[in-house]
Amino acid sequence: MTGGGLEEASERSRGERTGAAAISLRGVVKRFGEIVAVDGLDLEIPPGVCFGLLGPNGAGKSTTMRMLTAQALADEGEIEVLGYELPRDSKQARMEMGVVPQLDNLDVELTCRQVLTVFARLYRVPRAERDEAVERALAIANLRHRADTIVRELSGGMRRRLLVARGLIHGPRLVLLDEPTVGLDPQVRQELWTLIDSLRERGVTVLMSTHYIEEAERLADIVAVMSHGRVVAQGTPAELVRSHAGAEVIEVYGSAAQLADASERAERNGWQSRRSGPALAIMRAESLNGGGASEAPEGVRRPANLEDAFVTLTGEEIE
Amino acid sequence: MSTVLQGAVAPAGPARRVHRLEPAALAGVMSRDVVMFGRYWKSTTFSSVMQPVIYLLAFGLGLRTFVKIGHLGYVQYVGTGVVATAILFSSAFPGMFNTFVRWQFQRTYDAVLAAPVDVEELITAEVLWISIRAGVYGLAPLLVAIAFGLPPEAEMLLVPLIGFVTGFGFAAFGVTVAAIAKTIDNFNYITSAVLTPMFLVAGTFFPISNLPAGVRTVAQINPLYHCVQLVRDASFGNLGTADLGHAAVLVGFALVMWRLAVWQLGKRLID
Repeated sequence: MTGGGLEEASERSRGERTGAAAISLRGVVKRFGEIVAVDGLDLEIPPGVCFGLLGPNGAGKSTTMRMLTAQALADEGEIEVLGYELPRDSKQARMEMGVVPQLDNLDVELTCRQVLTVFARLYRVPRAERDEAVERALAIANLRHRADTIVRELSGGMRRRLLVARGLIHGPRLVLLDEPTVGLDPQVRQELWTLIDSLRERGVTVLMSTHYIEEAERLADIVAVMSHGRVVAQGTPAELVRSHAGAEVIEVYGSAAQLADASERAERNGWQSRRSGPALAIMRAESLNGGGASEAPEGVRRPANLEDAFVTLTGEEIE
Repeated sequence: MSTVLQGAVAPAGPARRVHRLEPAALAGVMSRDVVMFGRYWKSTTFSSVMQPVIYLLAFGLGLRTFVKIGHLGYVQYVGTGVVATAILFSSAFPGMFNTFVRWQFQRTYDAVLAAPVDVEELITAEVLWISIRAGVYGLAPLLVAIAFGLPPEAEMLLVPLIGFVTGFGFAAFGVTVAAIAKTIDNFNYITSAVLTPMFLVAGTFFPISNLPAGVRTVAQINPLYHCVQLVRDASFGNLGTADLGHAAVLVGFALVMWRLAVWQLGKRLID
């Protein structure tokens, strides 16, 4: 398989549905009894981008992911994936997409090769291409040397790589990654980031849910911030930072009393602020105007980042 | 890693239209069962074959000098009856346990349903695989009975087919139980209250004609009874029109249980 074949493929799919969104959700609601997990969600994901769904735990990200494979059915609203209407044509949509779940659901009793072979069949990879697809996926997972090892005996990082490779076995043009690096050590996380980035470079549309700000900031072309089941803001990471945290932030360090004083002063002047670990961060430091500007507390000035915007938007602290 | 990714994504061909109950989806799900079977066939086969054979030897040899049913020796009678027991055990139990474990503990079904496989295909494939196995395992007691003097008949070749249809119904019954059960311990209720009386009151070890009228009526609703009758008629070369009725009951049972399993587990697999 060469890169050339791949470009052709992505060109062809672009040609088929010009301008159409890879994923589109309109007014989607999902309830579990009394709990409203997704509450009027609107989302348009253009083809070929890496789209980050960023939100705290419980924001409705995983439920949204499950609705995109029709493993959860929306109570209200419309969902389209790759031009197919869900849930009616969801099986057709799943033919062309790959899914990497948050929870490891690999068959622990099979070998890596067996896992991939079974999924090559489930994804209808033609018999003549199956062995090649499996070898390619083993290479993606960097598990060629462990092809005949039983999944149970793999390390956590290897299992996650196998999980990703399983979702790529059929060369999907859309990949859903639900919290792809949760619980992984930094080195494995870096590897997966490289992998995700290379998918996007190849024209594959990636939808990734995450509650790691850094992950969204590094990988996503567009980030939608989710909170309480809906999108509260959307844009490139830079746009989100600019419009919700400004250009600069002053971080004030000091005793509890000093911080309380600074916080009170921020409130009096209508400055956005948040607790950031041991410090108080005041947003939009570049424009603390009016009489209050002279009151601006002493502190460390730093560029605003996505974390500032995220906390402003969701009101949630970062773990 | 990035060099490896040169070939990360295969060229996507034009997606073909998928249909309902695709053979390719069924084959995909069953291929997983086949791989697992390759790993566990010894223990699976041992338990599926040993249990009925022990019943056959214990009852058949223990009682053969005391009991004769009609013109039949008791070993022949039990040997053919226990075929149904073997089919029941090798279908209802995997239906219950495999389903529950793969769905709840291993989350295998979650992974499969994220691929282009729907609930109906997943359950149908699982039930199909179990019933094929049950059809084969049902032969074990028959072979033992032959070894003890049951004359081979050409109609015995129908026994795997009878086992397949019966096994399909009971495997789907097991899937339904697994769907409804809150915990795996609840299976004990089904085993004690449903399966045990079912395999005893099916004409397996004694004819149901000896039972009180009320119990006899209940026994006639028991699909296993119809399986026993069919197997016996085939084994003794006595197939007749009554057997069409038995076959119809088994096919009906299989179809009803299949739809029930798809509906009940489907309701729980899809939020």
